[in-house]
Amino acid sequence: MTDRPAMSRRPDDVVITGMGAITPAGRGVVATWGGVLSGVTTAAHDERLAAAGAPVAISCRAPAFDADAELGRGATRRLDRFTHLALLAMREATAQAGLVAEDPDALHGVDADRVGVVIGSGIGGGETWESEYARLTAEGPARVSPLFVPRMLSNTAAGTIAIRTGARGPNLTVNTACAAGASAIHVARDLVRSGTADVVIAGGAEAGITTIAMSAFAQMGALSSNPDPRSASRPFDVDRDGFVMGEGAGIVIIESRAHAEARGAEPLLTIAGCGASADAFHATAPPEDGGGAALAMERAIRDAGIDASLIGHHNAHGTSTPLNDIAETRALRSVFGAHLSDVVVTSTKGVTGHLLGAAGAVEAILAGCALREGLVPPTANLTQQDPAIELDVAHGEPRRVALGAVISASMGFGGQNAALVLTMG
Amino acid sequence: MSEDLLATFTDLLTSDFGVPADEVSADATFEALGLDSLDIVELTLALEDRTGVKLGDEDLEQVRTVQDAIDKVKERQA
Repeated sequence: MTDRPAMSRRPDDVVITGMGAITPAGRGVVATWGGVLSGVTTAAHDERLAAAGAPVAISCRAPAFDADAELGRGATRRLDRFTHLALLAMREATAQAGLVAEDPDALHGVDADRVGVVIGSGIGGGETWESEYARLTAEGPARVSPLFVPRMLSNTAAGTIAIRTGARGPNLTVNTACAAGASAIHVARDLVRSGTADVVIAGGAEAGITTIAMSAFAQMGALSSNPDPRSASRPFDVDRDGFVMGEGAGIVIIESRAHAEARGAEPLLTIAGCGASADAFHATAPPEDGGGAALAMERAIRDAGIDASLIGHHNAHGTSTPLNDIAETRALRSVFGAHLSDVVVTSTKGVTGHLLGAAGAVEAILAGCALREGLVPPTANLTQQDPAIELDVAHGEPRRVALGAVISASMGFGGQNAALVLTMG
Repeated sequence: MSEDLLATFTDLLTSDFGVPADEVSADATFEALGLDSLDIVELTLALEDRTGVKLGDEDLEQVRTVQDAIDKVKERQA
Protein backbone atom coordinates (compact mmCIF):
# COMPACT_ATOMS: atom_id res chain seq x y z
CA MET A 1 0.00 0.00 0.00
CA THR A 2 1.38 3.38 -0.98
CA ASP A 3 0.13 6.87 -0.35
CA ARG A 4 -0.86 8.49 -3.59
CA PRO A 5 -0.82 12.22 -4.16
CA ALA A 6 -4.04 14.17 -4.46
CA MET A 7 -4.78 15.52 -7.91
CA SER A 8 -4.85 19.24 -8.53
CA ARG A 9 -8.36 20.63 -8.83
CA ARG A 10 -9.34 23.09 -11.56
CA PRO A 11 -12.61 24.91 -12.19
CA ASP A 12 -12.91 23.35 -15.65
CA ASP A 13 -12.59 19.80 -14.35
CA VAL A 14 -15.59 17.72 -15.31
CA VAL A 15 -17.02 16.17 -12.19
CA ILE A 16 -19.78 13.82 -11.08
CA THR A 17 -22.24 15.29 -8.59
CA GLY A 18 -24.85 12.55 -8.43
CA MET A 19 -25.01 8.80 -9.01
CA GLY A 20 -27.90 6.38 -9.33
CA ALA A 21 -28.12 2.67 -10.00
CA ILE A 22 -30.49 -0.22 -10.09
CA THR A 23 -28.69 -3.51 -10.56
CA PRO A 24 -29.08 -7.16 -9.62
CA ALA A 25 -26.91 -6.34 -6.59
CA GLY A 26 -29.43 -3.82 -5.29
CA ARG A 27 -31.72 -0.87 -5.68
CA GLY A 28 -29.58 2.24 -5.44
CA VAL A 29 -25.85 2.89 -5.41
CA VAL A 30 -25.42 2.11 -1.70
CA ALA A 31 -27.22 -1.23 -1.98
CA THR A 32 -25.38 -2.12 -5.19
CA TRP A 33 -22.04 -1.25 -3.63
CA GLY A 34 -22.89 -3.30 -0.54
CA GLY A 35 -23.93 -6.25 -2.67
CA VAL A 36 -20.76 -6.08 -4.70
CA LEU A 37 -18.61 -5.84 -1.56
CA SER A 38 -20.28 -9.00 -0.23
CA GLY A 39 -18.82 -10.93 -3.14
CA VAL A 40 -21.96 -13.07 -3.33
CA THR A 41 -23.27 -13.67 -6.83
CA THR A 42 -26.81 -12.64 -7.69
CA ALA A 43 -27.12 -15.22 -10.47
CA ALA A 44 -30.17 -17.40 -9.96
CA HIS A 45 -32.43 -19.84 -11.73
CA ASP A 46 -34.79 -17.84 -13.97
CA GLU A 47 -38.33 -19.24 -14.03
CA ARG A 48 -39.47 -17.04 -16.90
CA LEU A 49 -36.62 -18.16 -19.14
CA ALA A 50 -37.15 -21.79 -18.17
CA ALA A 51 -40.87 -21.56 -18.93
CA ALA A 52 -40.09 -20.02 -22.32
CA GLY A 53 -37.72 -22.84 -23.17
CA ALA A 54 -34.55 -20.73 -23.24
CA PRO A 55 -31.38 -22.81 -23.58
CA VAL A 56 -29.93 -21.12 -20.48
CA ALA A 57 -32.28 -20.33 -17.61
CA ILE A 58 -29.87 -18.52 -15.31
CA SER A 59 -29.80 -14.75 -15.03
CA CYS A 60 -29.14 -11.80 -12.75
CA ARG A 61 -32.40 -9.84 -12.42
CA ALA A 62 -32.75 -6.39 -10.89
CA PRO A 63 -34.90 -6.11 -7.75
CA ALA A 64 -38.63 -6.09 -8.52
CA PHE A 65 -40.49 -2.79 -8.73
CA ASP A 66 -43.99 -1.62 -9.64
CA ALA A 67 -43.46 0.70 -12.60
CA ASP A 68 -46.96 2.19 -12.50
CA ALA A 69 -46.74 2.89 -8.77
CA GLU A 70 -43.28 4.44 -8.96
CA LEU A 71 -43.24 6.03 -12.40
CA GLY A 72 -46.87 6.93 -12.87
CA ARG A 73 -49.98 5.46 -14.42
CA GLY A 74 -49.30 3.86 -17.78
CA ALA A 75 -45.55 3.47 -17.28
CA THR A 76 -45.76 -0.32 -17.55
CA ARG A 77 -47.78 -0.23 -20.74
CA ARG A 78 -46.09 2.70 -22.45
CA LEU A 79 -42.42 2.16 -21.62
CA ASP A 80 -40.09 -0.78 -22.00
CA ARG A 81 -38.34 -2.12 -18.95
CA PHE A 82 -34.97 -0.63 -19.95
CA THR A 83 -36.56 2.83 -19.78
CA HIS A 84 -38.05 2.04 -16.35
CA LEU A 85 -34.58 1.12 -15.13
CA ALA A 86 -33.09 4.31 -16.60
CA LEU A 87 -35.75 6.48 -14.94
CA LEU A 88 -35.27 4.87 -11.53
CA ALA A 89 -31.49 5.34 -11.67
CA MET A 90 -31.93 8.88 -13.03
CA ARG A 91 -34.11 9.90 -10.09
CA GLU A 92 -31.53 8.74 -7.58
CA ALA A 93 -28.76 10.60 -9.41
CA THR A 94 -30.63 13.89 -9.84
CA ALA A 95 -31.76 13.77 -6.21
CA GLN A 96 -28.21 13.30 -4.96
CA ALA A 97 -27.00 16.10 -7.22
CA GLY A 98 -29.64 18.44 -5.79
CA LEU A 99 -31.30 18.90 -9.18
CA VAL A 100 -34.88 18.22 -8.10
CA ALA A 101 -37.28 19.57 -5.50
CA GLU A 102 -40.75 18.15 -4.66
CA ASP A 103 -41.32 16.64 -8.12
CA PRO A 104 -39.00 13.63 -8.42
CA ASP A 105 -38.41 14.30 -12.13
CA ALA A 106 -38.57 18.02 -12.95
CA LEU A 107 -35.20 19.77 -12.91
CA HIS A 108 -34.82 22.49 -10.32
CA GLY A 109 -32.20 25.18 -9.85
CA VAL A 110 -30.50 24.81 -13.26
CA ASP A 111 -31.18 26.10 -16.76
CA ALA A 112 -32.97 23.03 -18.14
CA ASP A 113 -32.28 24.20 -21.70
CA ARG A 114 -28.59 23.61 -20.98
CA VAL A 115 -29.03 20.13 -19.49
CA GLY A 116 -28.20 17.29 -21.86
CA VAL A 117 -28.97 13.60 -21.70
CA VAL A 118 -26.74 10.82 -23.07
CA ILE A 119 -27.84 7.25 -22.40
CA GLY A 120 -26.21 4.11 -23.71
CA SER A 121 -28.08 0.92 -24.47
CA GLY A 122 -26.97 -2.10 -26.42
CA ILE A 123 -30.38 -3.57 -27.17
CA GLY A 124 -33.02 -0.99 -26.27
CA GLY A 125 -36.52 -2.38 -25.89
CA GLY A 126 -35.76 -6.07 -26.31
CA GLU A 127 -38.77 -7.30 -24.35
CA THR A 128 -41.01 -5.16 -26.55
CA TRP A 129 -39.51 -6.59 -29.73
CA GLU A 130 -40.06 -10.10 -28.49
CA SER A 131 -43.63 -9.70 -27.27
CA GLU A 132 -44.87 -7.69 -30.26
CA TYR A 133 -43.19 -9.98 -32.77
CA ALA A 134 -45.00 -12.87 -31.09
CA ARG A 135 -48.27 -10.94 -31.52
CA LEU A 136 -47.51 -10.25 -35.17
CA THR A 137 -46.86 -13.90 -35.96
CA ALA A 138 -49.77 -15.22 -33.89
CA GLU A 139 -52.45 -12.62 -34.59
CA GLY A 140 -51.34 -10.62 -37.62
CA PRO A 141 -50.27 -7.04 -38.33
CA ALA A 142 -53.56 -5.45 -37.27
CA ARG A 143 -52.86 -6.58 -33.72
CA VAL A 144 -49.42 -4.99 -33.33
CA SER A 145 -49.40 -2.24 -30.72
CA PRO A 146 -48.83 1.32 -31.93
CA LEU A 147 -46.70 1.71 -28.83
CA PHE A 148 -44.22 -0.81 -30.20
CA VAL A 149 -42.06 1.89 -31.78
CA PRO A 150 -41.76 4.32 -28.87
CA ARG A 151 -41.30 1.45 -26.42
CA MET A 152 -38.65 -0.36 -28.45
CA LEU A 153 -36.46 2.43 -29.86
CA SER A 154 -33.17 2.51 -28.00
CA ASN A 155 -33.36 6.30 -27.77
CA THR A 156 -36.53 6.11 -25.67
CA ALA A 157 -34.65 6.12 -22.37
CA ALA A 158 -32.88 9.40 -23.18
CA GLY A 159 -36.00 10.87 -24.75
CA THR A 160 -38.18 9.93 -21.79
CA ILE A 161 -35.69 11.40 -19.34
CA ALA A 162 -35.99 14.69 -21.23
CA ILE A 163 -39.79 14.51 -21.29
CA ARG A 164 -39.84 13.87 -17.54
CA THR A 165 -37.14 16.32 -16.46
CA GLY A 166 -37.61 19.09 -19.01
CA ALA A 167 -33.95 18.84 -20.06
CA ARG A 168 -33.79 20.47 -23.51
CA GLY A 169 -30.03 20.26 -24.11
CA PRO A 170 -28.44 17.78 -26.53
CA ASN A 171 -30.19 14.44 -26.22
CA LEU A 172 -28.30 11.43 -27.49
CA THR A 173 -28.26 7.68 -27.44
CA VAL A 174 -24.94 5.93 -27.73
CA ASN A 175 -24.64 2.32 -28.73
CA THR A 176 -21.26 0.67 -28.45
CA ALA A 177 -22.89 -2.58 -27.27
CA CYS A 178 -21.34 -3.64 -23.97
CA ALA A 179 -19.31 -0.44 -23.76
CA ALA A 180 -22.34 1.85 -24.24
CA GLY A 181 -22.64 3.02 -20.63
CA ALA A 182 -19.00 4.08 -20.54
CA SER A 183 -19.15 5.62 -24.02
CA ALA A 184 -22.18 7.67 -22.94
CA ILE A 185 -20.20 9.10 -20.01
CA HIS A 186 -17.35 9.93 -22.41
CA VAL A 187 -19.68 11.76 -24.80
CA ALA A 188 -21.34 13.56 -21.90
CA ARG A 189 -17.97 14.64 -20.54
CA ASP A 190 -17.12 16.10 -23.94
CA LEU A 191 -20.43 18.00 -24.09
CA VAL A 192 -19.60 19.63 -20.77
CA ARG A 193 -15.94 20.21 -21.60
CA SER A 194 -16.85 21.88 -24.90
CA GLY A 195 -19.38 24.15 -23.23
CA THR A 196 -22.25 22.64 -25.22
CA ALA A 197 -24.13 21.75 -22.04
CA ASP A 198 -23.90 22.87 -18.40
CA VAL A 199 -25.05 19.55 -17.00
CA VAL A 200 -25.48 16.12 -18.59
CA ILE A 201 -27.50 13.20 -17.27
CA ALA A 202 -25.48 10.24 -18.55
CA GLY A 203 -25.19 6.50 -18.23
CA GLY A 204 -26.54 3.25 -19.50
CA ALA A 205 -29.66 1.11 -19.25
CA GLU A 206 -30.38 -2.44 -20.36
CA ALA A 207 -33.12 -5.02 -19.93
CA GLY A 208 -32.09 -7.73 -22.34
CA ILE A 209 -33.02 -10.91 -20.50
CA THR A 210 -35.23 -12.17 -23.31
CA THR A 211 -35.62 -15.63 -24.75
CA ILE A 212 -34.28 -14.61 -28.14
CA ALA A 213 -31.24 -12.84 -26.70
CA MET A 214 -30.47 -15.74 -24.38
CA SER A 215 -30.84 -18.16 -27.30
CA ALA A 216 -28.52 -16.17 -29.53
CA PHE A 217 -25.84 -15.54 -26.89
CA ALA A 218 -25.98 -19.24 -26.03
CA GLN A 219 -25.59 -20.17 -29.70
CA MET A 220 -22.49 -17.97 -29.81
CA GLY A 221 -21.04 -19.80 -26.84
CA ALA A 222 -20.88 -16.51 -24.92
CA LEU A 223 -23.15 -17.56 -22.04
CA SER A 224 -22.05 -19.77 -19.21
CA SER A 225 -23.54 -23.24 -19.49
CA ASN A 226 -22.71 -24.01 -15.87
CA PRO A 227 -25.93 -25.50 -14.44
CA ASP A 228 -25.21 -24.08 -10.97
CA PRO A 229 -26.10 -20.38 -10.85
CA ARG A 230 -24.01 -19.87 -7.74
CA SER A 231 -20.78 -20.50 -9.61
CA ALA A 232 -21.74 -19.58 -13.19
CA SER A 233 -20.29 -16.05 -13.32
CA ARG A 234 -16.62 -16.46 -12.37
CA PRO A 235 -14.36 -13.90 -14.04
CA PHE A 236 -10.66 -14.79 -14.23
CA ASP A 237 -11.27 -18.27 -12.82
CA VAL A 238 -9.75 -21.23 -14.61
CA ASP A 239 -13.23 -22.81 -14.87
CA ARG A 240 -15.02 -19.78 -16.33
CA ASP A 241 -17.09 -20.67 -19.38
CA GLY A 242 -19.11 -17.58 -20.28
CA PHE A 243 -21.09 -14.70 -18.87
CA VAL A 244 -24.40 -14.58 -17.03
CA MET A 245 -26.96 -12.15 -18.43
CA GLY A 246 -27.88 -9.28 -16.14
CA GLU A 247 -29.98 -6.11 -16.39
CA GLY A 248 -29.99 -2.70 -14.80
CA ALA A 249 -29.04 0.93 -15.16
CA GLY A 250 -26.41 3.34 -13.93
CA ILE A 251 -26.75 7.11 -14.29
CA VAL A 252 -24.42 9.94 -13.29
CA ILE A 253 -24.79 13.71 -13.25
CA ILE A 254 -21.90 15.42 -15.01
CA GLU A 255 -20.96 19.11 -14.90
CA SER A 256 -17.91 21.32 -14.54
CA ARG A 257 -16.47 21.86 -11.09
CA ALA A 258 -17.17 25.58 -11.43
CA HIS A 259 -20.83 24.91 -12.29
CA ALA A 260 -21.20 22.46 -9.42
CA GLU A 261 -19.62 24.81 -6.91
CA ALA A 262 -21.67 27.78 -8.10
CA ARG A 263 -24.87 25.92 -7.26
CA GLY A 264 -23.52 24.38 -4.07
CA ALA A 265 -23.28 20.79 -5.33
CA GLU A 266 -20.54 18.53 -4.03
CA PRO A 267 -18.18 17.02 -6.61
CA LEU A 268 -18.06 13.32 -5.74
CA LEU A 269 -15.59 12.26 -8.41
CA THR A 270 -13.64 13.82 -11.25
CA ILE A 271 -13.83 12.30 -14.71
CA ALA A 272 -10.12 12.75 -15.26
CA GLY A 273 -9.81 10.98 -18.59
CA CYS A 274 -11.82 9.21 -21.26
CA GLY A 275 -10.57 6.97 -24.04
CA ALA A 276 -12.25 5.25 -26.96
CA SER A 277 -11.04 2.93 -29.69
CA ALA A 278 -12.03 0.21 -32.14
CA ASP A 279 -10.44 -3.19 -32.52
CA ALA A 280 -10.99 -3.12 -36.29
CA PHE A 281 -10.76 -6.87 -36.02
CA HIS A 282 -13.88 -9.07 -35.61
CA ALA A 283 -17.63 -8.85 -35.02
CA THR A 284 -17.54 -10.46 -31.60
CA ALA A 285 -14.05 -11.63 -30.62
CA PRO A 286 -11.37 -9.32 -29.24
CA PRO A 287 -7.88 -9.60 -30.74
CA GLU A 288 -5.77 -11.95 -28.65
CA ASP A 289 -3.52 -9.16 -27.46
CA GLY A 290 -6.45 -6.96 -26.40
CA GLY A 291 -4.86 -4.24 -28.48
CA GLY A 292 -8.02 -2.22 -28.99
CA ALA A 293 -8.86 -2.21 -25.30
CA ALA A 294 -5.27 -1.22 -24.52
CA LEU A 295 -5.56 1.75 -26.89
CA ALA A 296 -8.71 2.95 -25.14
CA MET A 297 -7.07 2.68 -21.72
CA GLU A 298 -3.87 4.40 -22.87
CA ARG A 299 -5.90 7.23 -24.37
CA ALA A 300 -7.92 7.65 -21.18
CA ILE A 301 -4.75 7.81 -19.08
CA ARG A 302 -3.12 10.27 -21.47
CA ASP A 303 -6.31 12.34 -21.49
CA ALA A 304 -6.19 12.42 -17.69
CA GLY A 305 -2.64 13.76 -17.86
CA ILE A 306 -1.47 11.41 -15.14
CA ASP A 307 1.17 8.75 -14.95
CA ALA A 308 -0.20 5.21 -15.19
CA SER A 309 1.55 4.42 -11.92
CA LEU A 310 -1.00 6.61 -10.08
CA ILE A 311 -3.78 4.16 -10.97
CA GLY A 312 -4.21 1.58 -8.24
CA HIS A 313 -7.43 -0.14 -9.25
CA HIS A 314 -8.94 -1.47 -12.47
CA ASN A 315 -12.64 -2.33 -12.60
CA ALA A 316 -12.41 -4.89 -15.35
CA HIS A 317 -14.77 -5.61 -18.18
CA GLY A 318 -14.11 -9.16 -16.90
CA THR A 319 -17.10 -10.87 -18.44
CA SER A 320 -16.10 -14.40 -17.40
CA THR A 321 -15.79 -15.53 -21.02
CA PRO A 322 -12.58 -17.38 -21.81
CA LEU A 323 -11.60 -14.93 -24.58
CA ASN A 324 -12.42 -11.63 -22.89
CA ASP A 325 -10.59 -12.19 -19.65
CA ILE A 326 -7.35 -13.24 -21.38
CA ALA A 327 -7.45 -10.39 -23.90
CA GLU A 328 -8.11 -7.89 -21.11
CA THR A 329 -5.18 -9.27 -19.13
CA ARG A 330 -2.89 -8.75 -22.11
CA ALA A 331 -4.25 -5.26 -22.64
CA LEU A 332 -3.50 -4.39 -19.01
CA ARG A 333 -0.01 -5.82 -19.32
CA SER A 334 0.64 -3.60 -22.30
CA VAL A 335 -0.82 -0.47 -20.65
CA PHE A 336 0.72 -0.77 -17.20
CA GLY A 337 3.90 -2.77 -17.84
CA ALA A 338 5.88 -3.16 -14.64
CA HIS A 339 3.28 -1.13 -12.69
CA LEU A 340 0.65 -3.80 -13.26
CA SER A 341 1.58 -5.53 -9.99
CA ASP A 342 0.41 -2.36 -8.17
CA VAL A 343 -3.03 -2.41 -9.81
CA VAL A 344 -5.70 -4.28 -7.85
CA VAL A 345 -8.14 -5.68 -10.37
CA THR A 346 -11.72 -6.78 -9.81
CA SER A 347 -14.64 -7.81 -11.97
CA THR A 348 -17.93 -6.93 -10.34
CA LYS A 349 -19.68 -9.09 -12.96
CA GLY A 350 -19.12 -12.08 -10.70
CA VAL A 351 -21.81 -10.53 -8.50
CA THR A 352 -23.96 -8.63 -10.99
CA GLY A 353 -23.69 -10.65 -14.17
CA HIS A 354 -23.21 -8.75 -17.41
CA LEU A 355 -25.38 -5.65 -17.71
CA LEU A 356 -24.43 -5.18 -21.38
CA GLY A 357 -25.08 -1.54 -22.31
CA ALA A 358 -25.49 -0.55 -18.66
CA ALA A 359 -22.30 -2.28 -17.52
CA GLY A 360 -19.86 0.53 -18.30
CA ALA A 361 -21.87 3.11 -16.36
CA VAL A 362 -22.54 0.87 -13.37
CA GLU A 363 -18.89 -0.17 -13.26
CA ALA A 364 -17.69 3.43 -13.47
CA ILE A 365 -19.89 4.14 -10.45
CA LEU A 366 -18.48 1.12 -8.62
CA ALA A 367 -14.91 2.11 -9.50
CA GLY A 368 -15.77 5.53 -8.08
CA CYS A 369 -17.07 3.96 -4.87
CA ALA A 370 -13.84 1.96 -4.59
CA LEU A 371 -11.81 5.14 -5.00
CA ARG A 372 -13.84 7.09 -2.46
CA GLU A 373 -13.72 4.33 0.13
CA GLY A 374 -10.27 2.92 -0.60
CA LEU A 375 -11.84 -0.51 -0.90
CA VAL A 376 -11.74 -2.89 -3.86
CA PRO A 377 -14.62 -5.40 -4.01
CA PRO A 378 -13.79 -9.08 -4.39
CA THR A 379 -14.40 -10.94 -7.65
CA ALA A 380 -17.10 -13.49 -6.86
CA ASN A 381 -16.41 -17.16 -7.48
CA LEU A 382 -12.70 -16.71 -8.07
CA THR A 383 -11.56 -19.95 -6.46
CA GLN A 384 -8.72 -20.89 -8.78
CA GLN A 385 -7.30 -18.07 -10.85
CA ASP A 386 -6.43 -18.95 -14.43
CA PRO A 387 -2.61 -19.16 -14.45
CA ALA A 388 -2.62 -17.27 -17.77
CA ILE A 389 -4.26 -14.32 -16.00
CA GLU A 390 -1.30 -12.76 -14.28
CA LEU A 391 -3.20 -10.05 -12.45
CA ASP A 392 -3.62 -9.15 -8.80
CA VAL A 393 -7.33 -9.90 -8.61
CA ALA A 394 -9.17 -9.10 -5.36
CA HIS A 395 -11.10 -12.14 -4.20
CA GLY A 396 -12.58 -13.60 -1.05
CA GLU A 397 -13.13 -10.28 0.70
CA PRO A 398 -12.79 -6.59 -0.08
CA ARG A 399 -9.21 -5.32 -0.28
CA ARG A 400 -8.28 -2.06 1.43
CA VAL A 401 -6.03 0.00 -0.85
CA ALA A 402 -5.08 3.69 -0.81
CA LEU A 403 -6.15 4.88 -4.24
CA GLY A 404 -5.32 8.07 -6.12
CA ALA A 405 -6.97 7.16 -9.40
CA VAL A 406 -8.97 4.26 -10.81
CA ILE A 407 -9.76 3.02 -14.31
CA SER A 408 -12.73 1.13 -15.70
CA ALA A 409 -12.68 -0.44 -19.14
CA SER A 410 -15.50 -1.78 -21.30
CA MET A 411 -15.31 -3.74 -24.53
CA GLY A 412 -18.32 -3.99 -26.81
CA PHE A 413 -19.12 -6.43 -29.59
CA GLY A 414 -18.14 -4.92 -32.88
CA GLY A 415 -14.78 -4.18 -31.27
CA GLN A 416 -15.85 -0.92 -29.64
CA ASN A 417 -13.87 -0.04 -26.52
CA ALA A 418 -14.19 2.63 -23.86
CA ALA A 419 -12.16 3.48 -20.78
CA LEU A 420 -12.69 6.02 -18.02
CA VAL A 421 -10.17 7.29 -15.48
CA LEU A 422 -11.63 8.72 -12.29
CA THR A 423 -9.98 10.72 -9.53
CA MET A 424 -11.46 12.16 -6.36
CA GLY A 425 -13.93 15.02 -6.62
CA MET B 1 -76.58 -2.37 -24.68
CA SER B 2 -75.20 1.10 -23.83
CA GLU B 3 -74.88 0.16 -20.21
CA ASP B 4 -73.10 -3.06 -21.12
CA LEU B 5 -70.70 -1.18 -23.34
CA LEU B 6 -70.05 1.40 -20.66
CA ALA B 7 -69.24 -1.44 -18.29
CA THR B 8 -66.91 -2.93 -20.91
CA PHE B 9 -65.11 0.39 -21.40
CA THR B 10 -64.88 0.95 -17.67
CA ASP B 11 -63.40 -2.48 -17.21
CA LEU B 12 -60.86 -2.02 -20.02
CA LEU B 13 -59.85 1.44 -18.87
CA THR B 14 -59.35 0.33 -15.28
CA SER B 15 -57.67 -3.01 -15.95
CA ASP B 16 -55.50 -2.17 -18.97
CA PHE B 17 -54.96 1.56 -18.58
CA GLY B 18 -54.95 2.03 -14.82
CA VAL B 19 -57.72 4.62 -14.87
CA PRO B 20 -59.56 4.76 -11.51
CA ALA B 21 -63.10 3.39 -12.00
CA ASP B 22 -64.72 6.47 -10.47
CA GLU B 23 -63.20 8.68 -13.19
CA VAL B 24 -64.84 6.75 -16.01
CA SER B 25 -68.19 8.04 -17.20
CA ALA B 26 -69.93 8.29 -20.56
CA ASP B 27 -69.11 12.00 -20.72
CA ALA B 28 -65.44 11.66 -19.82
CA THR B 29 -63.03 12.52 -22.62
CA PHE B 30 -60.21 10.09 -23.24
CA GLU B 31 -57.84 13.03 -22.94
CA ALA B 32 -59.09 13.74 -19.42
CA LEU B 33 -58.60 10.07 -18.58
CA GLY B 34 -54.94 10.40 -19.59
CA LEU B 35 -55.11 8.56 -22.92
CA ASP B 36 -53.39 9.93 -26.01
CA SER B 37 -53.92 8.90 -29.63
CA LEU B 38 -51.61 5.90 -29.34
CA ASP B 39 -53.43 4.74 -26.22
CA ILE B 40 -56.75 4.95 -28.03
CA VAL B 41 -55.43 2.63 -30.75
CA GLU B 42 -54.35 0.24 -27.99
CA LEU B 43 -57.81 0.54 -26.49
CA THR B 44 -59.43 -0.45 -29.77
CA LEU B 45 -57.26 -3.60 -29.88
CA ALA B 46 -58.44 -4.54 -26.40
CA LEU B 47 -62.00 -3.68 -27.37
CA GLU B 48 -61.79 -5.99 -30.36
CA ASP B 49 -60.76 -8.82 -28.04
CA ARG B 50 -63.83 -8.26 -25.87
CA THR B 51 -66.52 -7.41 -28.40
CA GLY B 52 -65.24 -8.58 -31.77
CA VAL B 53 -65.81 -5.04 -33.06
CA LYS B 54 -62.89 -3.30 -34.70
CA LEU B 55 -62.99 0.48 -34.91
CA GLY B 56 -61.06 1.93 -37.83
CA ASP B 57 -59.06 5.14 -38.14
CA GLU B 58 -62.08 6.94 -39.60
CA ASP B 59 -64.11 6.04 -36.50
CA LEU B 60 -61.40 7.18 -34.13
CA GLU B 61 -61.07 10.60 -35.74
CA GLN B 62 -64.45 11.56 -34.32
CA VAL B 63 -64.07 9.96 -30.91
CA ARG B 64 -63.47 12.28 -27.98
CA THR B 65 -65.56 10.85 -25.15
CA VAL B 66 -66.36 7.37 -23.93
CA GLN B 67 -69.92 7.87 -25.21
CA ASP B 68 -68.56 8.70 -28.70
CA ALA B 69 -66.73 5.38 -28.67
CA ILE B 70 -69.80 3.52 -27.43
CA ASP B 71 -71.82 5.05 -30.27
CA LYS B 72 -69.23 3.96 -32.84
CA VAL B 73 -69.27 0.40 -31.52
CA LYS B 74 -73.06 0.35 -31.70
CA GLU B 75 -72.94 1.63 -35.30
CA ARG B 76 -70.56 -1.18 -36.19
CA GLN B 77 -72.68 -3.77 -34.41
CA ALA B 78 -75.87 -2.58 -36.13
